[in-house]
Amino acid sequence: MTNRIKLHSGISRRGLLGLGLGVAAAPALTACGGVSTSGADGGEGAVNFLSTQFTQVEERQRFEKILGARVSSPKVAFNPVDAPTFATTVKSQLDAGKVQLSLLGGLHGDLAPHAERLTDLGDVLGSLGDRGFSSDLTDLAKLSGDTTRYVPWMQATYVLAVNKKALEWLPSGADVQKLTYDQLLSWMTSARQANGNKPVFGFPAGPKGLYHRFFQGFLLPSFTGGQITTFRGRDAAVAWDYMKQLWAQTVPASTNYDSMQEPLQRGEVLVAWDHVARLRDAPGDKPDDWLMVPAPRGPRGLGYMLVVAGLAIPEGAPEADKAKEVIKALTTGEVQADVLRENAFFPVTGAEIPADLPGAVKLEAGAVKAQQEADGAIVSLPPVGVGARDGEVGQIFKNVFKEVCLDGKPVQGVLDAQATQLNAILDELKVPCWRPDPGDNPCRVV
Amino acid sequence: MPRRRARVPAAVLLIAPSLVVMTALFAWPLLVGVSQAFSGPDGPTTSYVERMLDDPYFWPAVRNTALLVVVLVPLQFAFALTMALLLRERPRFAGVHFFIWVIPLAISDLAAGLVWLSVFADRGYLNSTLDRLGLDGYAWLSYENTTSMFLTVVVAELWRSTSLVLVIVVAGLQGIPKDYDEAAEVFGASYWQRLRHVVLPQLRPSLQVALILRTILALETFAVAQALTGRNLPLLVGETYEWYNVLQNPNVASAIALVVLAVSMLAAIGYLRLLRDRTVAR
Repeated sequence: MTNRIKLHSGISRRGLLGLGLGVAAAPALTACGGVSTSGADGGEGAVNFLSTQFTQVEERQRFEKILGARVSSPKVAFNPVDAPTFATTVKSQLDAGKVQLSLLGGLHGDLAPHAERLTDLGDVLGSLGDRGFSSDLTDLAKLSGDTTRYVPWMQATYVLAVNKKALEWLPSGADVQKLTYDQLLSWMTSARQANGNKPVFGFPAGPKGLYHRFFQGFLLPSFTGGQITTFRGRDAAVAWDYMKQLWAQTVPASTNYDSMQEPLQRGEVLVAWDHVARLRDAPGDKPDDWLMVPAPRGPRGLGYMLVVAGLAIPEGAPEADKAKEVIKALTTGEVQADVLRENAFFPVTGAEIPADLPGAVKLEAGAVKAQQEADGAIVSLPPVGVGARDGEVGQIFKNVFKEVCLDGKPVQGVLDAQATQLNAILDELKVPCWRPDPGDNPCRVV
Repeated sequence: MPRRRARVPAAVLLIAPSLVVMTALFAWPLLVGVSQAFSGPDGPTTSYVERMLDDPYFWPAVRNTALLVVVLVPLQFAFALTMALLLRERPRFAGVHFFIWVIPLAISDLAAGLVWLSVFADRGYLNSTLDRLGLDGYAWLSYENTTSMFLTVVVAELWRSTSLVLVIVVAGLQGIPKDYDEAAEVFGASYWQRLRHVVLPQLRPSLQVALILRTILALETFAVAQALTGRNLPLLVGETYEWYNVLQNPNVASAIALVVLAVSMLAAIGYLRLLRDRTVAR
């Protein structure tokens, strides 16, 4: 008599073991696929260009097309990666002294932690005098030092996208181009009531959404005039109380939205705030049905965040001279206009905004201009000099949102607790404050 | 009489390779992890542990993870035992049944999570089906519906990893001599009596292995939950990932990882004691 259960098809213990090993190995093997972070292989003599921008496939393809058409010599191998990968790649290559990258492209905050690892680009910027960079941007490019660490590449901000269907509920006397936060709230409240109690306002509060930038650069500066120093003041409590009320009028699925263009396109959301690059596809082929308007204004003014991207060359870059050629090419009026047309990042130079923009970008260009030129505009920056801690600083604002709006905890208690956390991070960093906070050193919550 | 040369005992030689591997791949990273969690730029510190404890996501993550283990593991054992006993009755096409039940094991965690995401998403298969039946859809994965979020993770994990227990239990069942069972049958024991007094006690070692494995793996549930709920339903390992990768703070990530390690070890020790074969000790 055998002591083995004979299954119908006769699975023996050995067969079972084999099967077990096989299935155990499968997930391990599928996890082996890696991503090249040292630069897409451009071959000998190519400029390896590592970027935190244009990581989405379509954006990447559009940018590579621009590179191909406008920067044919030297050859550029464009390799977009996410910010953490960018940070570790740059750090490890430079600290190990084996630099394969010749050109870095990233947001101000991506480049700032590597200030000491970037070559002085003063000569390049000097030779680009005809480009018409604003002094705001060139000052920023010095990364709080005296030398120019990057050349401004492109800029962006955040605006409100409005489907014209929502205009019928706009409160009387409110100008959609010059909204206040109170008007936005009453508009969204009446829109919800008129829409069968279904909210129409959306907010990119998904895992990869940029909603913390709304608190850092829009809501808090508009209500408090600051971002960090005023974090737990009375004005900040008012701002968060407002946010709680606005959230009550927001589509609950917002916590799953990483980018607002898809829900806007699907009609799940009629009014949304997001990064211009993440609103670009919302109007699709019907730009006439849409408006893009500046962010609302609060008691202290119209707070808005400026997103600046720059081009830098790491110390010891193998193709530094060719990389400088690429920088010069990318700051020409034609390329700046191409990038705006294709990927909705705005020129940093005095380049003319072309007339033949796609509908959505044209709408955005108007909103961005109106936002920049609004009286009482309060420009703020994403955290400067916090380096790899940017995620943690942003998370503090997300935590306040979670506890106040999602969990319904009392505002002041949450602000006090999170202010302690924020100060703990800032005390380690010891960096000066960034706009709109006064440049106190070190930056702390008061 | 020739003196015996002092030799390294065979046992030491046999265990040496695994000692080397364990030291290099487990003990060393463990030490690094502990030191990372407890040392800052200015020497030893508990500030990272405090950061972890004060984080608004930490305690919900602890609660969800514990709840997941408590709900998931008994369910998986009930299913796996039933399935294994069914197979033991040698139904027609038993091999095919077995093969189909084991398929989820071959699918990676993340892929399984994405598959279930397509089922439970707002416009996923489930809501589409409900819609076709004239019923209103339900936001299964909305942050407001914690219970349904939790249930989707339980269902997905149940589907994905019950087969691991099944494989172990089937292997264990194959190792049990039929003689006892048949003897009990001759003496008139009912099916339940035989199951309770003959089969299950002999299955104890397999159950122990499966319990330890599954509990530890349930504590480490990550990719499935990440794909389904993101951070809306925080779990401990998800928090480790969040702190390490998104927030770029390896110190706090290590602290959370140490919590997972400690709980896993406690669970393993608990099971080993609980399921100790007392007949041997007597």
